[in-house]
Amino acid sequence: MGRIYIEKLNKTYANRRRDPRRDDDPLLGQGDRVTVLFDIDLNILDGEMVCFLGPSGCGKSTLLRIIAGFESPSDGRVQINDKPVKGPSADHIFVFQHSGLFPWMTVAENVGLGLRHLKNQRERNEQVSEYIEMVELDGFEQHYPRQLSGGMQRRAELARALAVNPDIMIMDEPFSGLDFLTHMKMREEVVNMHAFIQKTILLVTHNIDDALIMGDRIVILGDSPTRVIMDRTLGFPRPRDFEKSSELSLLRSELFLMMGVNYAV
Amino acid sequence: MRTKVRKKVEKKPYAYQMPFLGFFALLLVWDVLARFSGWSREVFPGPVVVLVSMGELLADGTLVRHTAASLFRVTVGFYLAAGLGIPMGIALGMMKTTRSLINPLIQFLRPISPLAWIPLAMLWFGIGDPPAIFLIFLSSFFPLVVSTTIAVDGVNPTYFHVAANFNFSRTEIITRLVIPAIIPEVVTALRMTVTISWLVVVAAEMIAVQSGLGFLILDSRNALRMDYVMDGMIAIGLVGLTLDYLMRQLGALEATRWRKMTQ
Repeated sequence: MGRIYIEKLNKTYANRRRDPRRDDDPLLGQGDRVTVLFDIDLNILDGEMVCFLGPSGCGKSTLLRIIAGFESPSDGRVQINDKPVKGPSADHIFVFQHSGLFPWMTVAENVGLGLRHLKNQRERNEQVSEYIEMVELDGFEQHYPRQLSGGMQRRAELARALAVNPDIMIMDEPFSGLDFLTHMKMREEVVNMHAFIQKTILLVTHNIDDALIMGDRIVILGDSPTRVIMDRTLGFPRPRDFEKSSELSLLRSELFLMMGVNYAV
Repeated sequence: MRTKVRKKVEKKPYAYQMPFLGFFALLLVWDVLARFSGWSREVFPGPVVVLVSMGELLADGTLVRHTAASLFRVTVGFYLAAGLGIPMGIALGMMKTTRSLINPLIQFLRPISPLAWIPLAMLWFGIGDPPAIFLIFLSSFFPLVVSTTIAVDGVNPTYFHVAANFNFSRTEIITRLVIPAIIPEVVTALRMTVTISWLVVVAAEMIAVQSGLGFLILDSRNALRMDYVMDGMIAIGLVGLTLDYLMRQLGALEATRWRKMTQ
C-alpha cells in the first residue's frame, strides 16, 4: 500500500540571507521567515504515478524530501498509509537527483543493500541478479559505479530502489543530465516498470513532455509561496503520443502556457 | 594518435633509469666537493670513504641493529597512533557536539612540536624505548585525528540520507558507509604521518636512548667520525624511502580502488 495524504502542509525557513548572524535569536523564528511550501493539500492514491512540475527553486524537491522524511514540515500533516511520516524508511525509497549509489560498492553490492534482511546468501544473490537483469545491467555486477555511464548509474540506482520492494518510490529529476536517447529509454523503462509493479511513484521533473507521457496525474506547483496551482488526473491510454492525440496536445499547450512559454514546438 | 601512444611505450624504460641517474649525479657532485673543498676527510668525507665505513658498520652488524631499534620504535608508536587516532577521528567526525568540545584542544596541542615534549617524556617515562615511542605517538596521533575528522566531514551528505533510507543501523553507518568512504584519505594521511614519525624517531633517539640511528649519529659525532654520521644519514634516507614505498602500496589496495576509477 502506498497512499499518501497531505493536509495543510507548510514549510518555512529562517531568512538567513537577510539576517545571517542571528539564527539563534528566538524572535527570528516568528518574524523573518521564508515560506517555501504554502498550504499544500494532496491525496495520492495507491499505485499512482504522480509527476510534479514547477519552475526551478519552487520547492518541488523540498516537498518530496518532506514526504521521504528527510525534512519535517513546519506545519500540517503528512501521512503515509494513515500513519504520520516520522523519518526516512525503506518503505519509501528516495532516488537521488545526482547518483546516490555508494561508489565504494559494486553494482551487485549496492543492489544488495535493500536485501540485507535475507540471511540466506544464495537467495540474496539470486534476487540481486534478478533486479540487475530487470534493468538490463547483467554483466556489470562487479563494476563500480564510476565505471558505468550516467544512464547505467541511474538504472543501477533504480534496481537498488526496486530491490527494497518499497510502497512508494520518490524520484527527484531522475533523467536530468542524461543524453536525449538515454532519457527517452529511461522514461520508457520507468513507465514499463510502473505498469509491472504498480507502486506509487512520485516524480519531480522540469520536462512537461515527461509528465504528459508518464503521469497518471500531474501536479503543478506555482512559485513563491509554492502552492498547488493545478492537479489533474490523466486518463489517456499508453503509449501516449501528443502528436496523434489532439486532447493531449491541447493539454500540452495549456501546460506550456501555464509555465510561461507562449509558443512551444 | 597512434604514434603518440607508441612514443609513450618506448619512453618507459628511461623512466626507470632517471631516478638512478639522479643518485649518480649526487654522488658525483659530492665527490667533487669533497676533493676540492680543501677540508680534511675527517670533516667532509667523500663518498668512497663513507661507503667503505658503511661496509664496516654492516659487517659488524651495528647498522642493522640500530636500524632495527629505530624501526621498532616507529612501528609501535605509529600503530598506537593509528589505532587510537583513526577511531577518534571517526568519532569526532560523526559527533558534532563532542567535536566542538575536543577539537579546540587538538588544534591547540597539534602545533606543539613533539620535540618540545622531550623533557616531560623523559621525566614521565625515564629512558629507553617508552619516551621515544611516546614522542612518535604524539607526532602521528594529532595529524591522524585531524585528517580523519576532515575526511568524515567531507563524506557526501547524500550517502547518509541513503543510509537512513535503507534503515542502516549505527554500526552499519560506520562499517559500510563512513569507513569505506574515508579509506583513501586515511591512507594518504598514514603516508604523511609515517614520514613525520620517521623524522621524529631520529631526534628522540639523540636524547633518551642508547640505540637507534639517531643514537648512532650522536655517538659518532662525539667520536668525531663524520663518515659514520653520514652512514647513519644514508640509512635514514633509505629506510624512509622504503617506508614511503610500502605506504604507497597501501594506496593500491582494493579498498581504495573505487576512488581512482573514472568512466
